[in-house]
Amino acid sequence: MAEHSCDLLIVGGGGAGLRASIAAAEARPGLNIAVVSKVYPMRSHTVAAEGGAAAVIKPDDSAEAHAYDTVSGGDWLSDQDAVEAFVEEAPRELVQLEHWGCPWSREPTGHVAVRPFGGMKVQRTWYAADKTGFHMLHALFQTSLRYKAVKRFDEWFVTKLLVDDGRCLGVVAIELATGQIHSITAKAVILCTGGCGKIFPFTTNANIKNGDGMALAYRAGSPLKDLEFIQYHPTGLPATGILITEAARSEGGWLVNKDGYRYLQDYDLGTPEPKPVLRSMELGPRDRLSQAFIREQEKGHTLEGPYGHYVNLDIRQVGEKVIDKKLPFVRELCLNYANLDPVKELIPVRPVVHYMMGGVHTDINGATPLAGLYAAGEVACVSLNGANRLGSNSLTECLVFGARAGRAAAEFAGQSGLVGASVGAQVRDEERRLHEDFLGATGGTDRIATLRDEMQTTMEESAGIYRLGVTLDSAAETMCRLRQRARRLKLDDRSRTFNTELVSALELGYMLDLAEVILRSAARRTESRGAHQRTDYPDRDDERFLAHSLVHRRADGSARIEYLPVTITKWPPGDRVYGR
Amino acid sequence: MEGSNMAENITLTVSRYRPEEESEPTFQSYDVPYNKDWVILDALNYIKDRLDGSLTFRWSCRMGVCGSCGMMVNGTPKLTCAVPLSDYVSSGQIRIEPLQFFPVVRDLVIDLSSFLEKLSSVKPWIIRDDEKPSSEGEYLQTPAELDAYKQFSMCINCMLCYSACPVVGLEPEFTGPAVIALAQRYNLDSRDQGAAERMAVLNEHEGMWGCTFVGECTKVCPKNVDPAGAIQLYKMASATDWFKSMLLPWGSK
Amino acid sequence: MPFWWWLQNRAYFNFIVRELTCVFVGVFAVLTLFQIRALADGPAAYAEFVSRLKTPGFILFNTVGLAALLFHGVTWFKAVPTTMIIRFGETRVPDQVIAGLHYVGWMAVSAVIAWILLLR
Repeated sequence: MAEHSCDLLIVGGGGAGLRASIAAAEARPGLNIAVVSKVYPMRSHTVAAEGGAAAVIKPDDSAEAHAYDTVSGGDWLSDQDAVEAFVEEAPRELVQLEHWGCPWSREPTGHVAVRPFGGMKVQRTWYAADKTGFHMLHALFQTSLRYKAVKRFDEWFVTKLLVDDGRCLGVVAIELATGQIHSITAKAVILCTGGCGKIFPFTTNANIKNGDGMALAYRAGSPLKDLEFIQYHPTGLPATGILITEAARSEGGWLVNKDGYRYLQDYDLGTPEPKPVLRSMELGPRDRLSQAFIREQEKGHTLEGPYGHYVNLDIRQVGEKVIDKKLPFVRELCLNYANLDPVKELIPVRPVVHYMMGGVHTDINGATPLAGLYAAGEVACVSLNGANRLGSNSLTECLVFGARAGRAAAEFAGQSGLVGASVGAQVRDEERRLHEDFLGATGGTDRIATLRDEMQTTMEESAGIYRLGVTLDSAAETMCRLRQRARRLKLDDRSRTFNTELVSALELGYMLDLAEVILRSAARRTESRGAHQRTDYPDRDDERFLAHSLVHRRADGSARIEYLPVTITKWPPGDRVYGR
Repeated sequence: MEGSNMAENITLTVSRYRPEEESEPTFQSYDVPYNKDWVILDALNYIKDRLDGSLTFRWSCRMGVCGSCGMMVNGTPKLTCAVPLSDYVSSGQIRIEPLQFFPVVRDLVIDLSSFLEKLSSVKPWIIRDDEKPSSEGEYLQTPAELDAYKQFSMCINCMLCYSACPVVGLEPEFTGPAVIALAQRYNLDSRDQGAAERMAVLNEHEGMWGCTFVGECTKVCPKNVDPAGAIQLYKMASATDWFKSMLLPWGSK
Repeated sequence: MPFWWWLQNRAYFNFIVRELTCVFVGVFAVLTLFQIRALADGPAAYAEFVSRLKTPGFILFNTVGLAALLFHGVTWFKAVPTTMIIRFGETRVPDQVIAGLHYVGWMAVSAVIAWILLLR
């Protein structure tokens, strides 16, 4: 077991993690900064984001308008101080990224172009064709290479946060290439590990989205927030769940049911026009669009295919020229993965798990209640996105809160001393756990894939777009039993060199912990708000639930849920109105 | 179905290498149920999930944008998440090996540290003499200026081009297609002023001049980056620079 | 890499053959120099040179050489569009047009030379 130390440790090398590392290096040039990622940074899931990143730059727009769209989009669960800080800093962050080389699409004048996006009243979504996340991540990664203070530990998998005396002191990580276990002590740690889509069977998310940081924080005693709010993106390809960006609707795509009818008009989302209308119809918020799909399915108006029910996304009227210029990746994905050309054919789509609004509870500087522990990006819940995220806010969120957390953590690290070796026992315990429970364990019963499939099926059936109390409760019990069974996995790989089966087993553990907490939070919230819809409690209840669900882990492993009021500054709770 | 030869199983022969147990790679065959909608990555995951959890390979996004899953399929470098199993059903034989010309860490996982060193060596970031603060807004760039480098910005770092390039195999210090294309991406970006610095790095034998324009890199590239084109353009730029410096020794670039 | 790496697949093999065709180009250049010298040395020397060219060995060499030169030209024209990027505003001149123009130019030059030679 090898020991390392640094001043600031960032777990995760995606949009938020890389932005945090650069911000910290610039804020405090003398700091030793480590970025520890279980994959090489350019593989981080930020790379798959397509549509764009929102920030106010056009003269007909205002920070207040962006804030209002975000607050109403979040069904009033967003903390408005966080939203105000976010919309204020967003433009500067996107311009900074432009200076760092991000190839934003342009207007003929040379200024950055913007496109309409769901739930936004004004066009403010910056885009790089429809591969915005890819271009942003590569610009950030390549720029981060010039900061010598940032040292990377690529393909190191963090298994535990080190905590002593109410303070986070670092991590234990497995160096995948050799299987060597390392401890890295740090004065501050920032979690930037992304979301948790893989607890569901059908998701846009990559294989690496297993909720690592959320589970690590939870197990370390830092609470999680609003986990029951899970976003279903309205348009994923039916077989694979591959994302078809909202930008397809921004540029003029229509959602039609099996009769070719633009069904969103039946769900209080406006009247259909040939060209896209902001905050209306196909440019409504994602939760309402996904809910409309389920209702259409119940009425028998959806089509049925070998991979389930679906509707069609029609972008033929957008035209080949615009598609090749602004939606080339959509065309490529349809050709390669759905065997069709969207210039001439309809794209089959259905709602697909995409984003976690909830996560590690932080303040507006990314700080958690656990001293020295910070979080930013999808892993965190500030809360910016409330009960439902607007498209194109999350890429900007990675930059704004990545930078804020980077600066705050750098400040903290710069001012505090490094604690002594009281973590030695913890590290040795962790090494023992990894060996006894996994590498050296015998007599296992279930394969990882078996438990993973059962977990995913349970989540899909109980924590989908519409939920019911009794189902959530029994699913939580099922998940508890799955967690027990996961203690004795049947593993084939006992070697040290690049043992990805061990990684999958640890990731399964993270996901099972989170799945149970999600179900319990969802069961406790007896109202419907944003992406959390209860058929037994169909109305929003601001009296009891204008509050975040905050979950702590008890010593016996069970979840303690309490409620934290939402911060309201300018916009008292109102109705979410779209299409009128 | 009558008259059709619908395969029920298909055989994947996969390169295995467990450095703790063996000194050389070996091959292991697995029978996988044939599914016409599957890609090769799905078959590999079936093996790992159901048959042999020790089979080791990298993958993540499964949609051709993260660059993790590059492997040799029947001797050609491919992104295994983008290759249908149905392409091989008639031959029935699929041989999977790690990307060639890289050291093998384990099974299908290669060591890409040399690639990352080369990537850093060409200074792949915007270099400017004068930097504008963000408060002053964006650098202007017309759509035509964006088009000048856009193609070369599409690289997902999958390294298929390195496995296709015989120069990489013959001369490991060769900077390689993707990295030189990335350098060009910045050289041609109207906001960048670092072309001279990068030229100094790449105007060497291990740089652009190691390339003999075999052209296989462009052929295997899954994102149409055309690294071969980038390198030849770079050679022309270098030659132009040289002529200029000969004919106009008093003028600087 | 083994010595016979270029036999590994068709693309590598074609590449090596393409590179080797430059040998024929070089030899033809040298032959042309000899031809010019023979011309300068007078009719007898030139007639001797021509009779040498009619021997089976040289005919074989010239046949193979012509094939090599054609392969050299075709592979060159295939590669040129990669290096010649011509844009009008936002549209890029297609590869086939650039390659096509090269073929047209080649034919035109060949026609002119043939006209000069056959007029005599």
